[in-house]
Amino acid sequence: MSDPTSQPYGVIAEFDTPADLLHAAEKVREAGFTRWDVFTPFPVHGMDKAMGLRNSQVGWFSFIGGATGYTSGMLMVWYMNAYDYPIVIGGKPMFSPFYPFVPCFELTILLGALGAVLGMLCLNRLPRLHHPLLKHRRFAQVTHDKFYLVIETSDPNYAEAETRRLLETAGSRHVELVEE
Amino acid sequence: MNPTGPIPAIQVAAPPAELERIPLIANQRSPGWLSDKIAGVVEGKTPLWWWCAFVPSVLFLLLGAAMVAYQISTGVGVWGLGHPVMWGWAIVNFVWWIGIGHAGTLISAILFLLRQRWRTSINRAAEAMTIFAVMCAGLFPIIHIGRVWLGWWLLPIPNANGIWPQFRSPLMWDVFAVSTYFTVSALFWYVGLIPDLAILRDRAQTKARQFIYGFFALGWTGSNRHWSNYEKAYLILAGLATPLVLSVHSTVSLDFSVSQLPGWHTTIFPPYFVAGAIYSGFGMVLTLMVPLRKLLHLEEIITMRHIDVMCKVTLATGSIVGYAYAMEYFIAWYSGNPYEQWTFWNRVFGKYWYGGWAMIGFNALVPQLFWFKWVRRNLIAVFIVSILANIGMWFERFVIVVGSLYQDFVVANWGYYKPTWVDIGTYLGTFGLFFTFFLLFLRFLPLIAISEVKGVTPQADPHHPLGGAKLKRGHS
Repeated sequence: MSDPTSQPYGVIAEFDTPADLLHAAEKVREAGFTRWDVFTPFPVHGMDKAMGLRNSQVGWFSFIGGATGYTSGMLMVWYMNAYDYPIVIGGKPMFSPFYPFVPCFELTILLGALGAVLGMLCLNRLPRLHHPLLKHRRFAQVTHDKFYLVIETSDPNYAEAETRRLLETAGSRHVELVEE
Repeated sequence: MNPTGPIPAIQVAAPPAELERIPLIANQRSPGWLSDKIAGVVEGKTPLWWWCAFVPSVLFLLLGAAMVAYQISTGVGVWGLGHPVMWGWAIVNFVWWIGIGHAGTLISAILFLLRQRWRTSINRAAEAMTIFAVMCAGLFPIIHIGRVWLGWWLLPIPNANGIWPQFRSPLMWDVFAVSTYFTVSALFWYVGLIPDLAILRDRAQTKARQFIYGFFALGWTGSNRHWSNYEKAYLILAGLATPLVLSVHSTVSLDFSVSQLPGWHTTIFPPYFVAGAIYSGFGMVLTLMVPLRKLLHLEEIITMRHIDVMCKVTLATGSIVGYAYAMEYFIAWYSGNPYEQWTFWNRVFGKYWYGGWAMIGFNALVPQLFWFKWVRRNLIAVFIVSILANIGMWFERFVIVVGSLYQDFVVANWGYYKPTWVDIGTYLGTFGLFFTFFLLFLRFLPLIAISEVKGVTPQADPHHPLGGAKLKRGHS
């Protein structure tokens, strides 16, 4: 409310049960909205399908991390033990891909895990310590036991009255505007 | 195909009541109740028992710090090490602590992949246990090298002569295995904590709490687009942590089995060590959870069903350990190798006979009590067995490390080992370290994964009447 020229962030609708939210999400998706999201205290089974989300891309980050870990591990051991300062141990060859397997395996896991976590944060645009919703009065209940659906004003299909009506017919008893 | 008309519907009777699963959360508690209950542990007044446990823990921690300072400033000679036993309590304690850590990862990763939904009530505390146990474990090899200021030689950095570490040594593998294990366990734990930190942020009554929890919650809003990536990342972490946890104790066992010593040089070691690690880890989880659920009044979340399943895992892994013991004895006899046979005879009839019997009795025989339902339902019995499990597993490592070293091939090379007060003080100090961190964890972070527990309630299932699903007409 501080700046009268600023546009609100979006419309927020509160639901009491995951089933109500799931059906509302299906309706919003069918209405053709693109800039919207649902907020839940725990992942709701079937919500990705209801929202029409594609399979998460985190796997690629993890794969690239893991492949980097394995390759760099092998290169590291080859460089250290066979190239930069070779020492003959028990008459064995300077390098073979077998003896460094354990450290390479561990590096695969390490960078694969880091890739998964950083990929998740990157795809989610986190950390983000300021968000219009976090300032909203009712929204603190999202981590407790309430379920929310938010349609942003930047959505091309957004029209305040109609959007509100859609959310009300979807079963929400609290539909409010969220300030930017 | 079927000209006589529609096929009559197949009538299936409802399953009998005794086949109904016991609910994971007792009394149909709602998601909001779970938040209040678990976050209430962190937000409420510090209970008296917490101080009664915390003060001695800190004192033990200080004792451990003094012992380590004395050992570093004087030398490893203050320990009972000496020819031929150059690996004593320090290595025993290292293997013991790192084994305890394994249950946390088993619960959080392997049971997640196996869709064991009961894990949600205990995984957070077990993961915390893992991290603190690995910290205790990691301390020992570092101080064991004697000149700790040269500890960086373990890292892939060339020394003053330009020589790199030699990667043919399993000790180098261990460095990578243990440090990766610690890092990935901590990551896994933190990722699981993010939604719960957001819960604490949204419930915070003071600015400081709101800021600190909010900072570490990274701005989590519970967006489903976020949950989608989050769940995928969690699944991948579980998939990576599963081979990791199996590899860590396997690598620890390779420190032994790659050598030529009778009692160490066996191919059975990796799976045998992993089973023992999970056995001792579950022992520690039970030791911690049985009193905690009572002290914090969490009986509805950590139910008797949870205790029951954990007892069954303990029974299964204890039996695998028992099988491994039997196989070790069989192979010692079957190998026809007199040194190998001597070592295994000496285990139960030599100078450390008590260690050999403790390991067989406490690890292979005592958990067999869990075949009986009345034992699994008796919390005092469960608590006692869980402690015996860890005493037994400590003796197993003692028998393997010291029992194999003190009398090997040549009689002229035989010796005897006993710990000094510094050994004992350092070991007690790691208990101080472990319990100090664990109690701080209980006080400042939710000890149960709140959002995960909510997710396994019927209220969270959009296809369940409690989750708001409307029954369609015509179905019942």
